[in-house]
Amino acid sequence: MKKEGPRIYGVMAEFDNPTGLVAAARRAYEEGYRKMDAYTPFPVEGLAEAIGFHRNRLPLIVFIGGLIGCLGGYFLQYWISVIAYPLNVGGRPYHSWPAFIPVTFEMTILVAALSAVLGMLALNGLPMPYHPVFNAPGFALATRDRFFLCIEARDPKFDREATRKFMKSLEPREVSIVEY
Amino acid sequence: MLERTHEEMRAEQSLHPVIKPGYTFATVADKISAIVLTRRTPLGWLVGFVIAFTLTMILLYSVGYLLVVGTGIWGINVPVAWGFAIINFVWWIGIGHAGTLISAILLLLRQTWRTSINRFAEAMTLFAVACAGLYPLIHLGRPWLAYWLIPYPNTMDIWPQFRSPLVWDVFAVSTYATVSLLFWFVGLIPDLATLRDRARSRAGQIIYGILAMGWRGSAIHWYRYETAYLLLAGLATPLVVSVHTVVSFDFAISIIPGWHTTVFPPYFVAGAIYSGFAMVLTLAIPIRKFYGLEDFITMRHLRNMAKILLATGLIVAYGYMMETFAGWYSTGPYESYMIINRMKGPYAPYYWGLIAFNVLAPQLLWSRRIRGNVLALFIIALIVNVGMWLERFIIVITSLHRDFLPSSWGMYYPTIWDWTTYVGTIGLFLALLFLFIRFLPMISIFEMRTLLPEAEVKEEVA
Repeated sequence: MKKEGPRIYGVMAEFDNPTGLVAAARRAYEEGYRKMDAYTPFPVEGLAEAIGFHRNRLPLIVFIGGLIGCLGGYFLQYWISVIAYPLNVGGRPYHSWPAFIPVTFEMTILVAALSAVLGMLALNGLPMPYHPVFNAPGFALATRDRFFLCIEARDPKFDREATRKFMKSLEPREVSIVEY
Repeated sequence: MLERTHEEMRAEQSLHPVIKPGYTFATVADKISAIVLTRRTPLGWLVGFVIAFTLTMILLYSVGYLLVVGTGIWGINVPVAWGFAIINFVWWIGIGHAGTLISAILLLLRQTWRTSINRFAEAMTLFAVACAGLYPLIHLGRPWLAYWLIPYPNTMDIWPQFRSPLVWDVFAVSTYATVSLLFWFVGLIPDLATLRDRARSRAGQIIYGILAMGWRGSAIHWYRYETAYLLLAGLATPLVVSVHTVVSFDFAISIIPGWHTTVFPPYFVAGAIYSGFAMVLTLAIPIRKFYGLEDFITMRHLRNMAKILLATGLIVAYGYMMETFAGWYSTGPYESYMIINRMKGPYAPYYWGLIAFNVLAPQLLWSRRIRGNVLALFIIALIVNVGMWLERFIIVITSLHRDFLPSSWGMYYPTIWDWTTYVGTIGLFLALLFLFIRFLPMISIFEMRTLLPEAEVKEEVA
């Protein structure tokens, strides 16, 4: 950590194909690295698991959102039709719950969908216009046909030279230092 | 059927590929993004856009005139108070449904062939819903008070009537529009990042950069992204069924002969998917030809869509049959007269046109040769589009123009303003579609990449 030179974000290795990247990510995890991330032009199966990411809270957020929409939608209608503005239509009950189902359903879907999208963006920390990995040479290809693995400097095991040497041993196309 | 081995499936896949062999990650991205970024805007695009834009101006003029004068400029009157506005509303929203079906239901069913058509089918949904949503608003009489439909605390101290299907409609259609927009935009984010990184002009980099929100393709992001996308698909699937069900409730909850029937919700949903797939074919066939995308939108896609068209067409035909059966079996004088009036009354040519277009024409799709003939598919799709419009015409007009009391019978004749508004929304739809094709990737780049054989992670390496 106390190496000379400017503070860096991490070391980045560039791969040609997803197979090489997943193998490298597994190796790095076995080696003891924990703070790392991979960058790919499309979702690669098993990659998130390979870098040790397991906990996904999004389904819970969407469930809670759906529940809020469902209850909120129903009680909005209940409150309006029974308390705030009761209308007597031929003596029918004010609390006519079957008629409230369509709007309750739509509100469930609406709030659940909004929480899925906003929750995904929030957990991912987007929008984030600037991020150090964009400084890595050739990173623009991460949205085209290259696959990147970055071990971050905040990893306790990170050592500028040792990590770099380790990355070289994974047979990437190239290894580079990512600066802030 | 279920006993088919993996090899057999593979063999069939290679016989009818969803993407022509020989592409790599880079060439897929280049080919699709080039349409937006580097290729010169074709003259045909310009001509098409100018025509569509002119029609949009006709729509603006018609709506402007309507706001000044009122709904009296249309052909609606007692007894037919629901004219073109409701016909077109149902027609457009039905067209939108195929987009959601392709993007959500086929995703959940793991139908990989959906990948090259889902993006523009979703765009089609969005623009069709925009056109659809316009009609109930301008049909209100005082459209500037449309916000009264939303429950909000107000000084008049009144609230919407939640037992009315018209209020359900407000919630269903606005939820549908919102969720379709979210689904479409979430699908676009990684592709916007590709465009950001490939754009050469400063303006392109900035605009696509803002829209991509700093997407960097992180593995953890992808993981959450896929979860979100899958959940959205799971939410959109019941939503799409509910939307046309609620639209059918607008009719089915009433007591008008021919409307008050339980077959309406499933029959409306099937009809919506039917007309939507017809519209996808109508759009996909010229676009793939014009932009040379035959490698991505292959014959396999067209054949599959033709099969869905045939299947949903048969469900719709069953709906027509059951309507007739119910009219006879109910022995109610009003119900049975409604059916006889449809077949022999003043609107009989429309009814028989609808049967010919929606029931007879798609039967040609039983033939393998017709399913493989692009021109024939295009013509059948056009015929079905017209047929589905006629279906809504028959449902709305014939039930209203002769109901219970012969002394209050009447006829409905659309005016020039009905037609200009209708043609105008077609213009708006096409104009938005032209802009979409020009400025956004019409095929999902990142999903196409996952279809390539190189995208698979080979396990033995680990």
